[in-house]
Amino acid sequence: MSAIAEFPSAAHLTPSSDGDSQLLEVSMGPQHPSTHGVFRMDVVLDGETVVKLKPIFGYLHRNHEKIAEDETYLGSMPYTDRLDYFCSLTNNWAYALAVETLAGVQVPERAQYLRVITAELTRLQNHASLIGFLMQDMGASGTPLMYAFREREKILDLFEALTGARMMCNYMRFGGCRVDLPAGWLEQAKQVVAAFPRFLDQYESLLAGNEILMARTQGVGVLSRELAINAGITGPVLRACGVNYDLRKVDKYGIYDRFNFRIPLGDHGDVYDRYMIRVLEMRESIKILEQAMRDLPEGPITDPKTKVRNFRPKPGEAYGRIEAPKGELGFYLISDGTPNPYRYRVRPPSLINLTVLEDMCLGRNIADVVIILGSIDIVMGEVDR
Amino acid sequence: MDEALKHELGRQGVIATSMQELYNWGRRSSLWPLNFGLACCAIEMIATTMARYDLARFGAEVFRPSPRQADLMIVAGTITKKMAPQIVRLYNQMPEPKYVISMGACAISGGPFKQGYNVLKGIDRYIPVDIYIPGCPPRPEALLEGFIELQKKIDGQQLTGDNRPRHLNAAEPSEFPIPQFGEHDLKPSKNPDVWHPPLVNISLADNDDSGTA
Repeated sequence: MSAIAEFPSAAHLTPSSDGDSQLLEVSMGPQHPSTHGVFRMDVVLDGETVVKLKPIFGYLHRNHEKIAEDETYLGSMPYTDRLDYFCSLTNNWAYALAVETLAGVQVPERAQYLRVITAELTRLQNHASLIGFLMQDMGASGTPLMYAFREREKILDLFEALTGARMMCNYMRFGGCRVDLPAGWLEQAKQVVAAFPRFLDQYESLLAGNEILMARTQGVGVLSRELAINAGITGPVLRACGVNYDLRKVDKYGIYDRFNFRIPLGDHGDVYDRYMIRVLEMRESIKILEQAMRDLPEGPITDPKTKVRNFRPKPGEAYGRIEAPKGELGFYLISDGTPNPYRYRVRPPSLINLTVLEDMCLGRNIADVVIILGSIDIVMGEVDR
Repeated sequence: MDEALKHELGRQGVIATSMQELYNWGRRSSLWPLNFGLACCAIEMIATTMARYDLARFGAEVFRPSPRQADLMIVAGTITKKMAPQIVRLYNQMPEPKYVISMGACAISGGPFKQGYNVLKGIDRYIPVDIYIPGCPPRPEALLEGFIELQKKIDGQQLTGDNRPRHLNAAEPSEFPIPQFGEHDLKPSKNPDVWHPPLVNISLADNDDSGTA
């Protein structure tokens, strides 16, 4: 126990004012209402100010990568659902993309559209829930989260009708998707998407100009552009610093070059910008969804030439990455010609984004740590894997 | 007491009940769960408390972050060997009477991650579990069903006699030993007082040493 939980002595740190104050070391988590799972931070405090913060991982290390090396390629697909359990469909896509790059599999047109539609719906429900959780962290107990989950349930109903599961969808296959749309699904999805801006307007009228929200978030947890780039931060956290980097535009994976949408950028890199970026991203996702559902072609949903049984890619390596709701999600695979990968590595956006937590928290109050952590948007299933 | 008489008294504005019924009614109608999630199942647990499924209908909307104020622990997610000691410690800190719902395949048996080197194969190795809810993750309806089953279980408990629950029996322990990290595994790897694996027919399971050891 001690070898894992050991914390370097705080003796070399000195309190700001001499004589009167002393440093206090607090362990936040792993069971803490604000840590979004089983995350633990060892925080050294001078009064209420954070002097040092050390994240401690591993409370949800489920051996995903090691298990995947003993599984067939397709056998790992359900495990990817459980990485970032809010966004199973984007995880599926990233893994499918890596294997398709490795094996040189083509994806039919209709499947590409289905992937875009499900991925953008995932982004909508992830960002909506995240904002709810962020408000919960700020003390708006319950109500904003209930609004967010009301909308999330509508999208989960769509997922369930399409894939059979609310959260663990297991929908993508190498060279396509598992099932085609059931009857009436597209009409229902169009209704949900058409109603979504009304929810955003309502949510924004309650939150965007809210005095408490602005006081708690503006200028809090500022992340500089240079540090964000150097630390490899991706996703909304990076774009809130004003760096124009979105893999949907950079890589144009799938068919994202066909859609007309913009990348919202922040300016200050604080918690408020990160919140605002997510609201604006949801509006852009709605644009993509409208275009994709309008243009959805008929046709096959899987590549008939791809083997389902005895799937053995040629020896080689591949990296597939997509813009998941939390940032760049990548899968790195090495094949040695056998039915299971020789090496299987996940590049989780949550973990990499979490590395700058201390830099954002130093000098802030302990109460700010909670909302800074909330604004990064972590999911422990992905951080610890 | 005669049901007809009880009904008649109720119409006159007189409530007649037994101490046991009153006690069980009070406990089952205001279960306060511990605000505590481990993994994917915790999201479905949150969804259950939200407006659509509304766990508040059954008197359990008050999620307490402190184990001292909670009387129900919903173990929702994969338990790793690093987390298991903390869970047992949290359970020990909860006051009696306390109940445990083991939610999802991982909390029951390790689930899809059972083969992992760092995953505990079920929380019932260390603490007594009242209700098991299968699923990966269980739907909110399944959690509600498990919750109603727990209420039924509480309703059937007796204050005296041999069948009385653990917290009314001074001979039964209320706290359980916290496992420690060993060289290869948690030590002890199970609490034999708590863990009662299903008996299998040994003659049929010659070469199968999984699950029961």
